[in-house]
Amino acid sequence: MRPVAVIGIGKTPFGAFPDRDLRSLAVEAGEKCLKNGHIAPAQVDAFFLGNFAGPSFAGQNHLAPYVSTALGIHGVPATRVEAACASSGSAFFHAYHGVAGGFYDSVLVIGVEKMTSQPTPRVTEILAGAGDCAGEIKAGSTFASLFAMIARRHMHQFGTTREHLAAVAVKNHANGALNPDAQMRKVITMEQAMAGKPIADPLNLYDCSLISDGAAAVLLAPVERAAEFTDKPVRVLGIAQASDFVALDQKPDITTFAAVRRASARAYEMAGVGPAEIQLAELHDCFTIAEIVAIEDLGFAPRGEGGPFTLAGHTARTGSKPINTSGGLKAKGHPVGATGVAQICDLVLQMRCEAGDRQVPRHSLGLAQNLGGSGATCVVTILGTV
Amino acid sequence: MSDVIGTIYTETVIYSATEAFAADVPYQTAIVALDSGGRVTGRISGERVRIDDRVSRVEVRDGVPFFRKIL
Repeated sequence: MRPVAVIGIGKTPFGAFPDRDLRSLAVEAGEKCLKNGHIAPAQVDAFFLGNFAGPSFAGQNHLAPYVSTALGIHGVPATRVEAACASSGSAFFHAYHGVAGGFYDSVLVIGVEKMTSQPTPRVTEILAGAGDCAGEIKAGSTFASLFAMIARRHMHQFGTTREHLAAVAVKNHANGALNPDAQMRKVITMEQAMAGKPIADPLNLYDCSLISDGAAAVLLAPVERAAEFTDKPVRVLGIAQASDFVALDQKPDITTFAAVRRASARAYEMAGVGPAEIQLAELHDCFTIAEIVAIEDLGFAPRGEGGPFTLAGHTARTGSKPINTSGGLKAKGHPVGATGVAQICDLVLQMRCEAGDRQVPRHSLGLAQNLGGSGATCVVTILGTV
Repeated sequence: MSDVIGTIYTETVIYSATEAFAADVPYQTAIVALDSGGRVTGRISGERVRIDDRVSRVEVRDGVPFFRKIL
């Protein structure tokens, strides 16, 4: 295994873009990324595409070569990875191994989702395909309702409150307001976040991430060659993927994600660091409760303390452990297949000191946590400039 | 009363559903810890339930168990 670096990043803005299709979004992110990494399409050794539901949203299969050839990348392996909302985190994980294992010297990873072409009930139905369709989904569950049941149980066991959930939404909206690529650039108050339209008790509209179009891309290369392409390489210090039951009712304890604990333990070990040393993180806040549980599973706060930790301001941009300075899935947007790679892009921006108004002062060690479904897949990546 | 009995492990009331369930909103779903072992996701009939309430299965519709609070 050889050390690997991120040598280029590229993103589309996230939002609702009625005149854009899946491929044009992916191509825009890919072209920006190749330019950012000073690499020609012909130099790319392999291509990975993270995408959850292109076939359902857009009726198009065989997406990896469909996108790669549009970028002028010909002949090399082109592979689509699907792992629900962790699709592009998983694509990144597999791309990493291709470079670390010495098989490839430059790999392009793009995550993309085009969701807004379908009405919300149909989007809800497509997203539900990431759950157990023969069980929980057949009984009427939506993804919001699965995370609502997690929130209910977390409240019951640990005393987590509606205020704790709202504090996540308020913080991520405040960050998103500073991100020019964010879908939702609107500051909200605690009162607003507490009084949103009910979606699935105890979650309301402000607890839910957005329905989005967008794409994000990264280029990976061995550290030994990174200087040929960029003077600001960011190293992948640790990375791990873990899995768990798809159905929520199969998990022994739904107030914690076993896959997050497994993946983070492995990633921390590989990087030789612990949670206390992580300076900033992009976490998978598909719902506000998911950020609270992630804070606990990653060891940033003790079990049951994720809510109070957030309400106390520790995870704010100005706090001791800034989380989701991009605005997170909540405000930046959540084109599901793009999210994992977008998290990497946002960390790299901070680590290169290119994050503009949302730049944080301590940015040499960052963590991204990308969750699929109600926790059946998790990818944790630790990046460093050290 | 059926002999399938359990305790509410967690629950939610759903207000925003897929098209297939749009006519049912708001409706309650729950994960029930069965006395016989294991957990199952089902629908709640009648009165709303809370965590730790005792429920019994009143019917199975198209493979989906429906539970009702034991009063």
